[in-house]
Amino acid sequence: MKILVCMKQVPSSEARIVVAGDGKAIDPTDVEMIVNPYDEYALEEALRIKEARGEGEGEVIVLSVGPEKVKEAIRSCLAMGADRGILVKDDAYLGGDGLGVARILADVIRTQEPDLVLCGKLSIDVENNCVGIAVAEFLGWPHVSLVNKLEWPEEKNAKATREIEGGREVIEFGLPAVVTAEKGLNEPRYASLKGIMQAKRKPIEEVTPSVAMPAAGVEIVSMAPPPERGGGQKFEGEPEDVVPQVVTLLKTEAKVL
Amino acid sequence: MAGRILVFAEQRDGKVRKSTFEALGRAAELGDEVHAVLVGSAVAQIAPMLGNYGAKVVHCAEDPSFELYSGEGYAAALSAAIDAAAPDLVLVIATAMGKDLAPRAAARKQLCMLSDCITLDEIGGAFEATKSMYGGQVFAKVRATGKPVLATLRPSAYPAPEPSSDTAAMESLSVAVSEVGAKVVEVLKQEEGALDVQEADVVVTGGRGLKSPENFHLIEELAGVLGGAVGASRAAVDAGWIDHAHQVGQTGKAISPKLYIAVGVSGAIQHLAGMRTAKCIVAVNKDADAPIFSIADYGIVGDLFKIMPVLTEEIRKARD
Ligand SMILES: Cc1cc2nc3c(=O)[nH]c(=O)nc-3n(C[C@H](O)[C@H](O)[C@H](O)COP(=O)(O)OP(=O)(O)OC[C@H]3O[C@@H](n4cnc5c(N)ncnc54)[C@H](O)[C@@H]3O)c2cc1C
Ligand SMILES: Nc1ncnc2c1ncn2[C@@H]1O[C@H](COP(=O)(O)O)[C@@H](O)[C@H]1O
Repeated sequence: MKILVCMKQVPSSEARIVVAGDGKAIDPTDVEMIVNPYDEYALEEALRIKEARGEGEGEVIVLSVGPEKVKEAIRSCLAMGADRGILVKDDAYLGGDGLGVARILADVIRTQEPDLVLCGKLSIDVENNCVGIAVAEFLGWPHVSLVNKLEWPEEKNAKATREIEGGREVIEFGLPAVVTAEKGLNEPRYASLKGIMQAKRKPIEEVTPSVAMPAAGVEIVSMAPPPERGGGQKFEGEPEDVVPQVVTLLKTEAKVL
Repeated sequence: MAGRILVFAEQRDGKVRKSTFEALGRAAELGDEVHAVLVGSAVAQIAPMLGNYGAKVVHCAEDPSFELYSGEGYAAALSAAIDAAAPDLVLVIATAMGKDLAPRAAARKQLCMLSDCITLDEIGGAFEATKSMYGGQVFAKVRATGKPVLATLRPSAYPAPEPSSDTAAMESLSVAVSEVGAKVVEVLKQEEGALDVQEADVVVTGGRGLKSPENFHLIEELAGVLGGAVGASRAAVDAGWIDHAHQVGQTGKAISPKLYIAVGVSGAIQHLAGMRTAKCIVAVNKDADAPIFSIADYGIVGDLFKIMPVLTEEIRKARD
């Protein structure tokens, strides 16, 4: 089976994010860039599917849109076990417009003819939660989003589980299809030393999509830290004394009871 | 003012999701005329009541294949409604269903998409939203450069309006139904009747400070008294004390309830990302320097095991 994983390079979830002087982007200084964590789940699942089908079978391709630096993230994916990488180089790319990116990804995916496309459920920088699903629409394929369990009763027929409010949905689908990965799908592996060595020799191809990057449908007007809430009132003392005071305030001041 | 606004009315088992009313309310504030679209196997009878919340016309797409949600099927129905209503703005609630449906429909109809909006306004003729980025460390203002726009609204971002006695006109929608490639074959309900954290006006959340899964009863009791939902920090979820569906935060759910009570939760930045937009925050923690106090409106410093029984009792009395 030929599996393609869409991967975005994003600032580490541990990084402290500071808004840049122009108030329209973040300050990249000292911000470590990583493989989007949900895309790691997607990649891990792709590798497991390939491995389950046996030695020498199938291929796992990593595809990304972004600047030159993204090659580092692609290299980490190759070290985990992906076979090759594809970069659509776009230095200006910021990623606010999910549908625009999805159109580019779909265009490149068509040339690769994979059986299955795996994406993350969301990229932790722009938090759009839309690219994978939009890719499926552009390809005219079915999609299943927020998947936290994926089984293969038959070679080309899968059964996925996704979390919904108050329960879970079980979904059956055939290939080709797009799946977006939620936390819980698997535990991604660490790259082995051997994997890191091998990754150096695996190819990363730069491609130019046949469609131009569409004019952004969404633009960033400004960025700011979340609004300060300003610490409120703090109460210390015996519960019997302070709790009634707080409850009275909840009723009379905050009016939430 | 925005012209016509189309709201996707989310229903499961014939029950309209509460957040739909919030979207209808915001649509009525933003637009001249509000339409809604209902998709299901037999939903016409619930259409008129959407008028109570401001919908003038409800486009109904009924088909046996719409009994259970499917991204492809519902996207076809929503697209047909977009053709019929020709709106400037389509509003979808950012629930599991809405997040799945919206990108598919937006891609199909070539709309500009604003996702998971915490606020949504029309400024100088363009739709502008506030959204969380970078795990809640940044609030960004984003603008759609064209129209029509499809926006998903975070649940509880806007209040549901008081219902009126107005009813909506029903128009049936014909949708070319075709075989879907990804089909829901089963819906497994969990904890029948348990309120979802994204639906609830009040959320009481337990963290590692509870020390064991049994102690979650302290959280459940207070949530019960308040008619609210039970939330959890990632530490409580990772310890296996409670299901991930309850997790609030960057890797859980982002919520904006009227009242959020955090108990034995330190207030890590990834937790704050999911609840900082709550209208009123109460924290109970024995560590006076816990970061949660920096955003709490009312902080109670002390041992939760002593505080919770008193708090639950006092709130019970206050609500009587
Ligand atoms: C990428 C990433 C994503 C994450 N996503 C999330 C997320 O979605 N949601 C989330 O919650 N976390 C998330 N986290 C984890 C987060 O960083 C914290 O580790 C987690 O929130 C801590 O949970 P806690 O507050 O319950 O536990 P702790 O930080 O251990 O805090 C427990 C608190 O309980 C208090 N306490 C202990 N005993 C008592 C007592 N008897 N009475 C009163 N107070 C008491 C302590 O003073 C302490 O403040 C994420 C982390 C990463 C790296
Ligand atoms: N620039 C990109 N390059 C490759 N894949 C991407 C890119 N942006 C988003 N994706 C994929 O789409 C998923 C959802 O991203 P988003 O809609 O931005 O939250 C990510 O987890 C990736 O799998």
